[in-house]
Amino acid sequence: MNLLEVASLSVTSSDGVARVRDVSFTVAPGERLGLIGESGSGKSLTAFAVIGLLPAGLKATGSVMLDDTQVVGAPEKNLVPLRGRVCSFIFQEPLTALDPLMKLGHQLAEPIARHQGLRGSALKRAVLDALDEVHLPEPERIADSRSYEISGGQRQRVAIAMALACRPRLLIADEPTTALDVTVQSGVLALLDHLVADRDMAMIFVSHDLAVVSRMTDHALVMRSGEAVERGSIGELLASPRHPYTAEFAASARRIETAFASAIARGRPE
Amino acid sequence: MTPILALDNVSYAYRGTHAGQHAVQDVSFTIEPGQNTGLVGESGSGKSTLVKLLLGLMRPTSGQVLFDGVPLNLGDQSQVRSFRRSVQTVFQDPYSSLDPRQRVGRIVGEPVRSLRVARGRAADELVAKALESVGLAADAASRYPHEFSGGQRQRIAIARAIVSRPRVLLADEPVSALDVITRSQVIALLAELGPSRDLTVLMVSHDLSVVGALCQRTVVLQGGRIVEQGTTSSVLGAPSETYTRQLLAAVPRLPQI
Repeated sequence: MNLLEVASLSVTSSDGVARVRDVSFTVAPGERLGLIGESGSGKSLTAFAVIGLLPAGLKATGSVMLDDTQVVGAPEKNLVPLRGRVCSFIFQEPLTALDPLMKLGHQLAEPIARHQGLRGSALKRAVLDALDEVHLPEPERIADSRSYEISGGQRQRVAIAMALACRPRLLIADEPTTALDVTVQSGVLALLDHLVADRDMAMIFVSHDLAVVSRMTDHALVMRSGEAVERGSIGELLASPRHPYTAEFAASARRIETAFASAIARGRPE
Repeated sequence: MTPILALDNVSYAYRGTHAGQHAVQDVSFTIEPGQNTGLVGESGSGKSTLVKLLLGLMRPTSGQVLFDGVPLNLGDQSQVRSFRRSVQTVFQDPYSSLDPRQRVGRIVGEPVRSLRVARGRAADELVAKALESVGLAADAASRYPHEFSGGQRQRIAIARAIVSRPRVLLADEPVSALDVITRSQVIALLAELGPSRDLTVLMVSHDLSVVGALCQRTVVLQGGRIVEQGTTSSVLGAPSETYTRQLLAAVPRLPQI
């Protein structure tokens, strides 16, 4: 049985413009799916719609079955039990996910307390363990800091710890490393990869960057102007794209990659 | 050949920082005609400080910026005018760098007016040529920036930068905000401007793959200092420093097919 079944999902803004049109896909337990597309392709809105977090003024139609619960049109009280436990979200900019007025330890304690019913010193221990799991150095200091006192990469690690606190079965990561430096990005991707594998989680990885997506999953859905263009393995999308848009997208990524690879090859000692 | 721009042992400390805390320290490199140069570094490496120094927006705390072999003197008006004409810039965000209330023709023509390059019909012709060389239709001049996509806006910004026929284009993360298809097109455009308009690009970027695709030379910065510089192929193909190797290893690569 699928963990997530999206069928004929459309997202429409209040002025009647369809931002996502008739998108369908499934994610099985433990499966990873990349959502690839350029800005305005509707990939992030699709991800938001899965967990019922569409910005005000946008309306979803169609069907999103998340762990056998209908998300589209569901009242908030049906969605609350899904969020965190069934499905969690990591955003592009960790600053928007973290409250600047609250110590990071307190923020992280909230979902852990709610999910595991821990209090007092046991809760404190669990918070430090969660920070340790995302490979943050000096968990005590981080727990005692506020979001603006730590680096961007560390913030994203805290956001990952929060997203994983309730042991979700599906993790949605929306461009989680786009705002990070390359060396930091590489560490965060490795961490996500390892945590998701370790816990047998399913993952939807949203990105405009084919190379980054290929690092995390070998299957992806290509989106353009609100429509799903094609789904396939990264190898197929690169080598034998069926849709002209996928072909153009892949060729552009390949062009930069080839120039880079040949610069390296030219300088390599004989 | 005399380098168009050179940094000679340049250091800069922002006011209010502790003694010895330099944003950039002892930096020396040159921009030779025809050698597109990539300035690579992560946040905090001093890239933006170097850009401001190279544009003459700040004076180095010590060391010199040389323009055509002569120390850049911001008090010398005729030198500064020739410098502004020769060194133009493109910023990262094509949305915030174009005035939304001006038509594209006026935006692109701004350096022509302020640097007194040409007037009247001659100025209009320069604008039309610049728009044409970045691949925009001639009627773009009468439209507003919001009518264009991100990639097209970056083309407008490039047109504005090349309209005065500069010799150096200083591009600060010019493709970071662009989608991959547009990114590849803008890189191709920048690569082609070199030979067709005698333009040398100095590109600041955190992305080694973009630098590898466009630049003949690469300078790697870390913590305000140069860790390595040389031809792009030698820096990427046979890096001598650990930090450069780390940067290279961190670049996301496409799977081989």
